[in-house]
Amino acid sequence: MIAFVLRRLLQAVVVMLVVGFIAFALFNFVGDPVALMLPPEATQADRDAMRAMLGLDRPFWAQFATFITNALHGNFGISLRLGRPVSDLIVERLPATLELAFMAALFGLVVGIPLGVYTALRRDSWVSQLLLTSSLVGVSLPNFLIGIFLILIFAVWLGWLPSFGRGDVVHLGAWTTGLLTVSGLKAIILPAITLGFYPVTIVMRLVRSEMLEVLRTDYVKFARARGLTDRSIHFHHALKNTMVPVITIVGLQLGGIIAFAIVTETVFQWPGMGLLFIQAVQFADIPIMGAYLCLVGLIFVTINLVVDLLYFVVDPRLRVERVAAAH
Amino acid sequence: MAARWIESDLVWSFRHRPGVILSALIVLAAVVAAVFAPWVAPHNPFDLATLNLGDALTPPAWASNGQRTYLLGTDDQGRDVLSAIIFGSRMSLLVGLLATLLSMVIGVSLGLVAGYVGGKVDALIMRIADIQLSFPAILIALLVDGVARAVFKGHLEDNLALYVIVIAIAASGWVRYARTVRGSTLVERNREYVQAARVIGRHPLAIMFTHVLPNALGPVLVLVTLHIGEAIITESILSFLGVGVPPTQPSLGTLIRIGNDFLFSGEWWITVFPGAALVILVLAINVLGDWLRDALNPRLR
Repeated sequence: MIAFVLRRLLQAVVVMLVVGFIAFALFNFVGDPVALMLPPEATQADRDAMRAMLGLDRPFWAQFATFITNALHGNFGISLRLGRPVSDLIVERLPATLELAFMAALFGLVVGIPLGVYTALRRDSWVSQLLLTSSLVGVSLPNFLIGIFLILIFAVWLGWLPSFGRGDVVHLGAWTTGLLTVSGLKAIILPAITLGFYPVTIVMRLVRSEMLEVLRTDYVKFARARGLTDRSIHFHHALKNTMVPVITIVGLQLGGIIAFAIVTETVFQWPGMGLLFIQAVQFADIPIMGAYLCLVGLIFVTINLVVDLLYFVVDPRLRVERVAAAH
Repeated sequence: MAARWIESDLVWSFRHRPGVILSALIVLAAVVAAVFAPWVAPHNPFDLATLNLGDALTPPAWASNGQRTYLLGTDDQGRDVLSAIIFGSRMSLLVGLLATLLSMVIGVSLGLVAGYVGGKVDALIMRIADIQLSFPAILIALLVDGVARAVFKGHLEDNLALYVIVIAIAASGWVRYARTVRGSTLVERNREYVQAARVIGRHPLAIMFTHVLPNALGPVLVLVTLHIGEAIITESILSFLGVGVPPTQPSLGTLIRIGNDFLFSGEWWITVFPGAALVILVLAINVLGDWLRDALNPRLR
């Protein structure tokens, strides 16, 4: 047990070091910081002085060590485009993205689980067939198109919901939340549905197949033989046993949700990290790209680690072999 | 020969699936339209001389003030939306195909080397693959694109931008090929024909590419068909985000991005039609890929 946990922790640290190295390489080799910070007429002596001041004349590994130390302290330098510390910008934008990702995952569970149960119990009804077919179509739909169509219907034609921004936010210390105001709640509906659409299809198909599997097992047959009601069998015995894989898959999907938030945030001009990142890519704003990369890497590695450890705790059969993460 | 082909299982399963036939027709039509775009399209959206700003923002032909010549309406520059879609799907298909092929070449080569050489090389390649697999493809593609922009100081020449996006999408998709090919190579490399080739002293690279590769290629073809749709979607996402193909040669994603700005003033056709074209194209390609996977997999028969 301890050996397994240690090995997984070590792997996670190695992955983070690789991610940190890529970010470091971005900072140091892609954009030449000296050329960026000095006016074009600077002399060679000015350049050398600047290099010495920034520590760029030191050996490679020493620079990398400094970078990692700074990164661990949350110091990623100053945005080239906005001229403000990257850490401040990210801390400002983080709550918006996390709230959106959370609501999208919630939407995926709240809508996906009932649909999955329904399609498993009423396998042959036309509604189930329709749901399964449309979920296949849904997977082929790029997520920004769903957002555009939702905006067209609910914001432009019906005028019910806002199409951009977060609405009014409430400050709770360093955290800003849009979930406590009416305009904030209205603003999050369309982005959350857009981002939660893919998780809904995944959860629905997963719950359906797991339910079909469980309904064939001996203990469900035994429950029927005992004369329990269908309701009690379906929801008490069957659904409960499908929850472990569902929760792990949703956990693994959380990383994907945060990545695809980039697209959703662009469609809805949602002021989160994704919008910050995409503007950084457009303007080649290296410090923000590097910091975003490290942060998202950390989120992904943590999620994978937690899921692995949970598997280990929940299912003794999977002590070594792990179900491969969905892409 | 021809009779044998017509009686094969593949053709049989094709003829009994109307959805698959329809998808094949759609893909065929899209490819023909893309290849012959300058002749098929009713207007040339890139020929500034033929553009008439007076015709800008014309609604589709069936609307009350639509015009017959612009079947699906025009955008803010007076460009015909239908022609723009035809030229746009040409770009989308081109980038999707190139990126898929490049991805396949990278993945197959690395998979072959990893499986055949083994040892540390194998461990290194597969660890990189594992790490990359834990990040979504779109993020990898965005990162490669961002780095390229930084290297070229923000302005990408039009042709360069095209290569960059192809490389970015290819870099995000090679892992699946490497894993599959490595698996089959591990099986094949101990077969007698490989040992024989080794005994007669053929170069390892020659053994890999002329002996092992043809026997490991079957599953790769299925991966390719399923990958094309995904590559087209990735391209459309990047172009929609404004970091994709150059604006002078718009793809479907670029058209959707342009049209998105006119959604609120009521000109919905500029974005809805390219969006619908993208969905239909990708759906048809995916249905074909699914069918090919099932038809070529004897276990599912």
